[in-house]
Amino acid sequence: MNGRRNLIKNMLLGLGLALMIAALYMVFMYVPTEKSMGIVQRIFYFHVSLAWVSFLAFLVTFVFSICYLRKRLLKWDYIAHASAEVGVVFTTLVLITGPIWAKTAWGIWWTWDARLTTSLVLWLTYIAYLLVRGYATEPARGARFGAVVGIVGFIDVPIVFLTVNVWRTQHPTTIIFTDGITAPMLMTLVVCIAAFTVLYVLLTAQGAGLKSLETSIKRLKIRRTG
Amino acid sequence: MEYLGYLFAAYSVVWAVIFGYVLYMQRKQKRLQRQIEMLQKSVASQISHDK
Repeated sequence: MNGRRNLIKNMLLGLGLALMIAALYMVFMYVPTEKSMGIVQRIFYFHVSLAWVSFLAFLVTFVFSICYLRKRLLKWDYIAHASAEVGVVFTTLVLITGPIWAKTAWGIWWTWDARLTTSLVLWLTYIAYLLVRGYATEPARGARFGAVVGIVGFIDVPIVFLTVNVWRTQHPTTIIFTDGITAPMLMTLVVCIAAFTVLYVLLTAQGAGLKSLETSIKRLKIRRTG
Repeated sequence: MEYLGYLFAAYSVVWAVIFGYVLYMQRKQKRLQRQIEMLQKSVASQISHDK
């Protein structure tokens, strides 16, 4: 079982590495420079990929939080927790790369428009998720409260996604589904999303494994002292 | 080429944060491994004591 798991992990590591190298090559060497924004538009490929994968991370937290509340199996909670942690890391990067791009495109680092504000709210929600878990006096209570925040907090994900289409914002609309993006740009974006998805899977699996190990050690310590 | 610095900053931050997170996980893994070793030693000494 462990051998099979290690094989899958190594295969994913290899795939992730290959995809990341391909993504970097495509971003800096293959894709043509966008005419109006120039070289800085290349931030788009990592910025959008990180945003997509953070949405996926919070979706996984949402699904596994429901599973945990239904069955109370700790393995579901480990995945939900690890996924939220990776989601927070990726959303942090979205909130850093976005303003860097905005400064060159709009001339300002930040504006309180719908997309940016709801993204910040999303980040704060999942920071709250991690804090609720961290400050809970009992792990079971932390898992339960965390699951509730993980479910309720997910409401913001579709809101963040829809803001640019529902309200008039400074942020670009989801042009990928309409036009305004050439075939090489789309291909580069797809490779970047694939690379970050593999990275997300690896980090979440590793995080969930560590959380499981941490709980086992805590239990052993309690059993020995008690 | 005007905004090359911004592009460099964005990609540097992405890699720095990801490496930082991986490093944090690695340290956590090492700490847990040390705890397992301590527990193993403690169990082994208790078994030899009981004998």
